[in-house]
Amino acid sequence: MERDVQLPLTKEFVKPLKVGDVLYLSGYVYTCRDAAHKRIQDLLEAGEESPLDWTNQLVYYAGPCPPQPGQVFNSNGPTTAARMDPFVEMMFKLGVVAFLGKGDRAPYVADLCKKYGGVSLLGVGGASAINAARIKSAEVVLYPELGTESIKKLYFDRFRVIVGIDTEGNVLQKQEVAKYKRD
Amino acid sequence: MRVLQTEALIPVIEKLCIKACCELNDNVMDAFRKAVENEESPIGKKALEIIVENGEFAKKEQLPCCHDTGVAVVLLECGQEVAWEGMPLEDAVNEGVRRGYTNGYLRKSVVADPLNRENTNDNTLAMLHVEIVPGDQVKVTVMPKGGGSENMGAFKVLLPGDGKEGVKQFLLETVAKVGGNPCPPYIIGIGIGGTMDTCAWMAKKALLRPIGEHNPNPYYAELEKEFLEAVNKSGVGPIGMGGTVTALDVHIDYHGVHITALPVAINFQCNAARQASEVI
Repeated sequence: MERDVQLPLTKEFVKPLKVGDVLYLSGYVYTCRDAAHKRIQDLLEAGEESPLDWTNQLVYYAGPCPPQPGQVFNSNGPTTAARMDPFVEMMFKLGVVAFLGKGDRAPYVADLCKKYGGVSLLGVGGASAINAARIKSAEVVLYPELGTESIKKLYFDRFRVIVGIDTEGNVLQKQEVAKYKRD
Repeated sequence: MRVLQTEALIPVIEKLCIKACCELNDNVMDAFRKAVENEESPIGKKALEIIVENGEFAKKEQLPCCHDTGVAVVLLECGQEVAWEGMPLEDAVNEGVRRGYTNGYLRKSVVADPLNRENTNDNTLAMLHVEIVPGDQVKVTVMPKGGGSENMGAFKVLLPGDGKEGVKQFLLETVAKVGGNPCPPYIIGIGIGGTMDTCAWMAKKALLRPIGEHNPNPYYAELEKEFLEAVNKSGVGPIGMGGTVTALDVHIDYHGVHITALPVAINFQCNAARQASEVI
């Protein structure tokens, strides 16, 4: 199934999504990857609050190229989601509803999607130039010193994703790879 | 002797960094187009179509095809009749990389030290390899190597008796373990033999060989075909979302080895299979 979706997402909205569904997302998302996740974790462990309200947000695991002159945003695409697996529960607890990355995740992430009623989305790894045209605004909101790893607020204009893990804990790759495996 | 100034490398490397990141060559693009036709999975086919569209768009707009513009692997195949003058050669190479990644608005993905992890903000240091070859010319190759595929590489020293089947088993175990993380369809470089260092470099350098070109030794050429077929039965498929095209090719290089050892290195090249060369 293919459909256009306006962000932000809600748990009610993502609940019926199924692995393999293709969504064209429009609206605001936050980028957040390795270093920024670690900083948030350190803050929470120190008893402080998250510097951002993550309620109903989509976390885009991405480290873009710097913009060229006159360009809103340069090449960008999902990075390996598995590196952020240890932070998934923390982010779900902060209110995140969806993650966007690439590649396979640890089996416990599927359990967490089921437990918290969230989803993990997939992009096409490597196909980052066409995504430059899908970003209509970009702003660094936190940790500018992290460069490509800073937290950025982006406006997606029909950014194509595919549901990789649904709220029932189904995993797209597990289903699809088995179909094409030959002995 | 032909005298060259090391400074001459700077603009060449600058240009090659940008070209490699923005323009996948025809060999790679043709392999994608063929893969679109061969792929049996509808999800995989669509992913491949997007990869083709992206490659065409990146070249037209001069944007990096992948956001991870990687570390700059630089290979200098230097004629033995060349004498160098000027600044230290390594400094010239790094200056070229610095200018390429800065002026090309490419992502800076290198930290100065692996434990304290402070970004150098100019993508230096390059991973420099120099090989001395016959002649009086220098072939400069830049191969931007992304983290997603590089991180999935594997090295193992097998027992000599494990032989070809042992190598195949190690390969297929690795392919199954890494799944979609190296951004398939990928190219697999395999080094067999040598010492640990030689073996790993053979695996990396094999990735530069054009897709469809086999090892000149017929035994190893056959092995490449056999391994490719086996990898494409894994079901991993484009972007690991299932399918029949997991690898575009398997390239093996081998080297003489100690009587006790059978070292094997596996290096993955993601679908952003970037390289650019120029002869000085």
